[in-house]
Amino acid sequence: MPKDGGIGASSKRREDLRFLTGRGKYTDDINLQNQTHAYFVRSDVAHGTINSIDTSAAEAMPGVLRVFTAKDFEAVGGIPCGWQITDRHGEVMQEPKHPVLAEGKVRHVGDPIAVVVAETQAQARDAGEALDIDITELPAVIDMRDALKDGATKVHDDLTSNLCYDWGFVEENRDAVDEAIKGAHHVTTLELTNNRLVANPMEPRVAVGDYDFSTDEHTLYTTSQNPHVIRLLMGAFVLGIPEHKLRVVAPDVGGGFGTKIFHYAEEAFCTFAAKEIGRPVKWTSSRSEAFMSDAHGRDHVTKIELALDKDGNFLALRTDTLANMGAYLSTFAPSVPTWLHGTLMAGNYKTPLIYVNVKAVFTNTVPVDAYRGAGRPEATFQLERVVDKAAREMGIDPVELRRKNFITEFPYATPVAVEYDTGDYHATMDKLLEMSDHAGFDTRAAESKKNGKLRGFGISHYIEACGIAPSNLVGQLGARAGLYESATVRVNATGSISVMTGSHSHGQGHETSFAQVVADMIGIDESQIDIVHGDTAKTPMGMGTYGSRSIAVGGSAMVKATEKIINKAKKIAAHLLEASDADIELKDGAFSVAGTDKSVAWGDVTLAAYVPHNYPLEDIEPGLEETAFYDPANFTYPSGGYGCEVEVDPETGKVTVLGFYAADDFGNIVNPMIVEGQVHGGLAQGIGQALLENCAYDAEGQILSGSYMDYAMPRADDLPMFNVDHSCITPCTHNPLGVKGCGEAGAIGSPPALVNAVIDALQRGGHDVTHIDMPLSPDRVWAAMNG
Amino acid sequence: MYNFEINRPSTIADAVKALASDEAQALGGGQTLIPTLKQRLASPETLVSLTGIDEMKGICVDDDGRLCVGGATIHADVAADGRYPALSAMASHIGDPAVRNRGTIGGSIANNDPAACYPAAVLASNATVVTNTREIDADDYFQGMFTTALEEGEIVTEVKFPVPEVANYQKFVQPASRFALVGVFVAKFSDGVRVAVTGASEDGVFRWTDAEAALSDNFSADALEGLSVSADGMMSDLHGSAAYRAHLVKVMTGRAVTPAA
Ligand SMILES: Cc1cc2nc3c(=O)[nH]c(=O)nc-3n(C[C@H](O)[C@H](O)[C@H](O)COP(=O)(O)OP(=O)(O)OC[C@H]3O[C@@H](n4cnc5c(N)ncnc54)[C@H](O)[C@@H]3O)c2cc1C
Repeated sequence: MPKDGGIGASSKRREDLRFLTGRGKYTDDINLQNQTHAYFVRSDVAHGTINSIDTSAAEAMPGVLRVFTAKDFEAVGGIPCGWQITDRHGEVMQEPKHPVLAEGKVRHVGDPIAVVVAETQAQARDAGEALDIDITELPAVIDMRDALKDGATKVHDDLTSNLCYDWGFVEENRDAVDEAIKGAHHVTTLELTNNRLVANPMEPRVAVGDYDFSTDEHTLYTTSQNPHVIRLLMGAFVLGIPEHKLRVVAPDVGGGFGTKIFHYAEEAFCTFAAKEIGRPVKWTSSRSEAFMSDAHGRDHVTKIELALDKDGNFLALRTDTLANMGAYLSTFAPSVPTWLHGTLMAGNYKTPLIYVNVKAVFTNTVPVDAYRGAGRPEATFQLERVVDKAAREMGIDPVELRRKNFITEFPYATPVAVEYDTGDYHATMDKLLEMSDHAGFDTRAAESKKNGKLRGFGISHYIEACGIAPSNLVGQLGARAGLYESATVRVNATGSISVMTGSHSHGQGHETSFAQVVADMIGIDESQIDIVHGDTAKTPMGMGTYGSRSIAVGGSAMVKATEKIINKAKKIAAHLLEASDADIELKDGAFSVAGTDKSVAWGDVTLAAYVPHNYPLEDIEPGLEETAFYDPANFTYPSGGYGCEVEVDPETGKVTVLGFYAADDFGNIVNPMIVEGQVHGGLAQGIGQALLENCAYDAEGQILSGSYMDYAMPRADDLPMFNVDHSCITPCTHNPLGVKGCGEAGAIGSPPALVNAVIDALQRGGHDVTHIDMPLSPDRVWAAMNG
Repeated sequence: MYNFEINRPSTIADAVKALASDEAQALGGGQTLIPTLKQRLASPETLVSLTGIDEMKGICVDDDGRLCVGGATIHADVAADGRYPALSAMASHIGDPAVRNRGTIGGSIANNDPAACYPAAVLASNATVVTNTREIDADDYFQGMFTTALEEGEIVTEVKFPVPEVANYQKFVQPASRFALVGVFVAKFSDGVRVAVTGASEDGVFRWTDAEAALSDNFSADALEGLSVSADGMMSDLHGSAAYRAHLVKVMTGRAVTPAA
């Protein structure tokens, strides 16, 4: 039975009223009195020495207030990296300085060199063009394989090479894995590229810095997924501003997808310059600028080998990856190809031996960091592709090969350090086959053949680790932050509630689903609850939203705080009802004494807390406000079976996605409609990666797809009607809601399903094609067929 | 965008006068020019808007049965017209509704983007491009990518399309821009078939004369068997190699002859 409120109800997204009627308040909507405008002059070469910057002509231009270059930032720190990897030899990674503005050298197209602050945006830009910057272009390293060659040009002169780290996991298994592969009945090998992507949130990045001389307080308004993280990183490591003098506000944010997690130079610049200039400083990214300054995603080159016995049991898995870091280390870049990737290489399978090697490489490209899924899509893609290839090579049905190797007993400790608490992979596989009418595929394929088309069906069965993350564990793994979440539940005198959360909503609908949880626990109407987020002055220190962590970690903090509220309220109710608090029950917003008809309403109890005339003041404090911090005991492990049905036009190579099916196990579901929307968005991005999107560089380091003329975003008519299901539920065992998280699954599970489907179609059509690198654009598919 | 003056004449004569200055440039629907200005890749002092000139707008049929499209007519109007169905169908697939309700035929063929659709229609239809000073045959008008017979300050006021017996345009879209990766317009007249190809060649729109000869003899896709287009001189980029484009020319030509129902 669908519910009409609380946990499990498809409550309409309350935030959509303002978004859909143009009343959202985004950072670019913030215009402060007396505001000035910053224009970033960026490198148009990938690598070069800055010989001189002559600012005099620019400074003399109308409206110009000041021109900033690296020398203005000499007293300021570089942009910090939030994760330190220790390599297979016990050495810490090479960590180059990442200055706010380029110092002496530019290292990628888009690297900021100077900033003009002027009265208007146009004046700032005019003056930016008048800057006289003399750069000697140097050879650029773009391809990771070239970057690792002896004698390769170095991206950073002060590092020993372009290798950031050489990570091995689990290092102790290395030899055993090699042995197992050597002796195996069958080894399937696959070399592949996980294509570089640009996140492209609908709202470009914006920063507005403000400084109040009377209080010595700085405020930064920014397009961030985690304002507290920005406050900590920027305040402590870059600008030296203590938290009580620095407020970071991230109001409505129009999509993040990971790229708005990181601390960027533009944020530090606007905060810094506002004090220097004595006026607010605003910067709004153009779309072209976003292509060369927002952190990119993915960009792995991988060789994976899967060893099987004669019956198709997986014996060992070995994978070697080159992971592109770009020119500098973005905030969480080092963690993505390592801990967010290597730990997922077991997938849904009981492979006993696994070894993952990752070499992170500096190149003269835009920094690469987390993008929807972050490491887990890269793990899933190679694994689900190699399993499919193995099935074909061994003549085993790909569904059967997966089933044969599925983990069936939980908890399950993988050989790559994580322990899955729950899951039922056969259930999601069954669901997928049913939803997609797998049994009827051959009939449909025959129909396609009649029309001269090749039809194919592809499967992937993914695992991901969400609910990031147990702080003590990630601390051991190199994180320079804790990954708990916080919530303050402030009950007002008349019973309405404001929940201040450290999570941040930038499209996820937290204002709706979080309110559902609290409403459900207390038994009052959702409309009585407001979710407050995105302002360090209002919310307790929290780590923000990414890694599908908000309901699992932020939601758990909120549950804990609400439990504290309920406990206290029960004491107040017991006093009012002259009963023992052990006998008080809370149901539908009323407290009653068990076994009697004596009860008192929620609003009477909350009023008593703030008007404590009749109140046990000797036992409890007045007021009703509680804060909780929740640190998860483990990751959560959503999983699911994804299926994709395609048709390939053999004459042109064009792939049409006819159907996409997602059977997910997200644990318990708070709002099914929002979950469905999250999966739709993830699928669109995953299909986008597999079919369309490609951030390509030429050999000189120019971005070949630096605008929508060449960077193909998925559009509605590229996508089929999605068929999604989340009725297979194995609740998470270690968080109070039993939830797992759903934000990234679509982007993680879909690319291999699509590629597997195209390979299936081509092989059914008699083409001996075993792999095509994403995106599967028509020319690539045609070239593979005509190979 | 840099600052510029805007001039809104209401007659062709006034527009020609306004364009006489070196630093003036015609503005049609702005769907190509405005993005160029926003990127600061051009800096005309004055833009002379042609969209307020009534005598350059609208569609009619002349005494020779030609469909005459005013130079400032928007794609949406051509799409809705229907008297030359293949032309209307082509116009209905240019860009998105915003582009179709702004962009003009004059702007499109003056710009002569090597991946634009209109040039293929004009060339295949053997249309006549009318300007404020002369009439130019399609075969003489297109002179390589982004290059036309237009002189400085010359305005496309009208395009006259002979309406073929049968015609079809097949556009294989570039996945990002959705311009033509390869577009082929086939037009069959009583005296022969014309085949114009856009999107493919480094020299811009061109006629595939081998296919024209074969199809003039036998207007069926079978007639193309044995023909091929050389990859030499075809464009090659992120979205398709020269060989792929050459291959698509033939595939799209065949589909234009036998369009799917
Ligand atoms: C998102 C998008 C998608 C598009 N997709 C397609 C597509 O699929 N196929 C396609 O063919 N096109 C496409 N276009 C281009 C579109 O058709 C433009 O309308 C066209 O290229 C230019 O026409 P315009 O009237 O906008 O000209 P403008 O941009 O105003 O001008 C273009 C050039 O022509 C000159 N000019 C304008 N009018 C005249 C005239 N009457 N006489 C002489 N010179 C003139 C201008 O000075 C300028 O140099 C797309 C454009 C966009 C923005």
